[in-house]
Amino acid sequence: MADRPTGTQVTVGLSSCGIAAGAQDVMDTFEREIAARGLDVKLRRTGCIGMCYREPIVDVETGVGGRITYGGVTSADVPRIIDEHLIGGKPVDELAVRAEERELPDETYYARQVRLVLRNAGRIDPESIDEYVEAGGYAALEKALNEMTPESVIEEVKASGLRGRGGAGFPTGRKWELAAKQPPGQKYAIVNADEGDPGAFMDRSILEGDPHSILEGLAIAAYAMGATEGYIYVRAEYPLAVKRLGIAIRAAEERGYLGEDILGTGVDFHVHVKEGAGAFVCGEETALMASIEGKRGMPTLRPPYPAVKGLWGRPSNINNVETYANVAWIIANGAAAFAQYGTDTSKGTKVFALAGKIERGGLVEVPMGISLREVILEIGGGIPGGHELKAVQLGGPSGGCLPESLADIKVDYESVTKSGAIMGSGGMVVMDDTTCMVDVARFFLNFTQNESCGKCTFCRIGTKRMLEILERICAGEGEEGDIERLEELGTKIVSSSLCGLGQSAPNPVLTTIKYFRDEYEAHIRDKRCPAHVCRALVTYEIDPEKCTGCTLCARVCPVGAATGEKKQPHVIDQDLCTKCDACRQACRFDAIVVR
Amino acid sequence: MERTAESRDRVDGQLAAVDEVVARYSGTEGSLIPVLQEVQGMVGYLPREVMQRIAERTGVPAARVYGVATFYSQFRLEPVGRHIIKICHGTACHVQGATAITEAICDELGVAEGETTEDGKFTVDSVACLGCCSLAPVIMIGEQTYGRLTPGEARKIVRNYEDGSGDAE
Repeated sequence: MADRPTGTQVTVGLSSCGIAAGAQDVMDTFEREIAARGLDVKLRRTGCIGMCYREPIVDVETGVGGRITYGGVTSADVPRIIDEHLIGGKPVDELAVRAEERELPDETYYARQVRLVLRNAGRIDPESIDEYVEAGGYAALEKALNEMTPESVIEEVKASGLRGRGGAGFPTGRKWELAAKQPPGQKYAIVNADEGDPGAFMDRSILEGDPHSILEGLAIAAYAMGATEGYIYVRAEYPLAVKRLGIAIRAAEERGYLGEDILGTGVDFHVHVKEGAGAFVCGEETALMASIEGKRGMPTLRPPYPAVKGLWGRPSNINNVETYANVAWIIANGAAAFAQYGTDTSKGTKVFALAGKIERGGLVEVPMGISLREVILEIGGGIPGGHELKAVQLGGPSGGCLPESLADIKVDYESVTKSGAIMGSGGMVVMDDTTCMVDVARFFLNFTQNESCGKCTFCRIGTKRMLEILERICAGEGEEGDIERLEELGTKIVSSSLCGLGQSAPNPVLTTIKYFRDEYEAHIRDKRCPAHVCRALVTYEIDPEKCTGCTLCARVCPVGAATGEKKQPHVIDQDLCTKCDACRQACRFDAIVVR
Repeated sequence: MERTAESRDRVDGQLAAVDEVVARYSGTEGSLIPVLQEVQGMVGYLPREVMQRIAERTGVPAARVYGVATFYSQFRLEPVGRHIIKICHGTACHVQGATAITEAICDELGVAEGETTEDGKFTVDSVACLGCCSLAPVIMIGEQTYGRLTPGEARKIVRNYEDGSGDAE
């Protein structure tokens, strides 16, 4: 860990969601105000701190009284923080969400977390290699190159029990071993940073917040398998990650951690960044390699596995960002230390992007084996607005929706797979009684259908037919037998698809049918949407007893369906109403009834 | 096809720029996608003549260039508006009301998803996930991200852009 800084230090969280919440303005204001007052304050940026629900976030350390974390900071708050805390020495309690020397309510967000992968996130400046090194960075690479053989590196990773964090959970050490065993020649070490799952932002945070950790892990992998060239395939939608990786690679090359003759050991390793161009299927390893080769991202049959015949026909190892982020920690601290965390079959931690209907959404890292309920209640703070937990969606469009009754399952590869979902890359979307599970299935299938590469007939056409059935159901035109048709199509698509996209696209549909069949039946038989989401199946009406005639609904209604005289109960014209929900959101008297 | 002198000059200028990009990447294997990305960055989209020029200069068959350009959603074969509004339709945003946001914006601008306004000011696009899930629902206009939106707020932001103030709120 970095030494206690002397003097005053202000750190602003500047990753994509911090910036989206207004952190750049906060940063600029600090810069201006500090200069205006002529203060000697070190102003730094950092990556994702993890408490995304509190963005923009500012950490203040004055050397006295421990670090204070401020949340929801706006530019208007900046002068106050400077005058009262930096100059006056008294923290602004109203804005404080965490304090090193006392326990504020938000502390429970971190209490169950074990931050190995996210060890540096929110602490260091991601654009400073010095801070990475000060925090212990590149010590693992030095150890591997100077004190270990490639074989012993592989043995260490195998002993740790590290499994691929992209979703499939294949033992990482064994994957490297396969590539290492291939005859010498050009080999490639590749990072899958395509992170296509909607609702997943773990990899983005690591890339933006601690890019060197990926480079170090990748370099260690390259040494272990004998690769001299590496690629980081980043999706195009992550420009900040691409930028920070570029800065990190150049800095690492200057210091001799990458490039020719690394640290004087004679080992060469060059890293290139390749941007994706918007194709979810390119997260599949063979499609990813095709994309690097400049082709359409169409998956190919395995075997041969990439370790044997990959990029340009050469042995290649592809791992997810989070997998590589664990490597340096394992080499530095040892396999046994890593294996202390987690369960028998799933060692270590997992990073989750907690989002949806949750009080405290953000980036969390927990030991494998914790239960879903603990994550949602203890870390996430439960469901807002007095609503009830209904389902948790794991694994994005390839995963499944687990009902509240299964919320006590342990988060590890086997337990999750047994329940019908998959661990996936880490997206965890929480849903409550206002979420329609049929609509969720339709949403995911719409996504995967769009992203299907088209090669396999069942995936190409089957997903389209499944989507048509789901759209009919959500439009109130469901027919008896639709559920059985979905199940039949779903199982056939799974078994006849070449790649993971097709093999898992039906999962959201099949799991929602398994656990929420009654919702499907309500849609089909009763033409009713219990969650009041499917537009065709809900009606908006005004309760004349509660309506005060304030005319607010008539003013916000975009189609003029809500009308009435001032101070008289209003009515909604059912022929015009588009169920957009604007009136219900605006009404202060709870007079809009949704059925 | 009729061409004015101006449009001929514009196209010639574009083709010269294309040649420069291709020349820079020659010798790098698998560079078709970065070439297309850079060219689109300069021209704004990928007109047919530009793709044909890339095919001629790289030796990659035109059908293959077209195949790659149509496979990836980032590549546009039609011109886009001055401001591209990306509406996030990721899982978290969907659950938090992305559909209503889309309706509000499309209604405000009078276009459907994927279309460009008549005055060439806005293109409205739905994207799969912007990675800011804690701020759902989210839209991006250019490089600016806006989160925790209501349909009313989304309309206001777009209207302010329309007024030329270029800034929200």
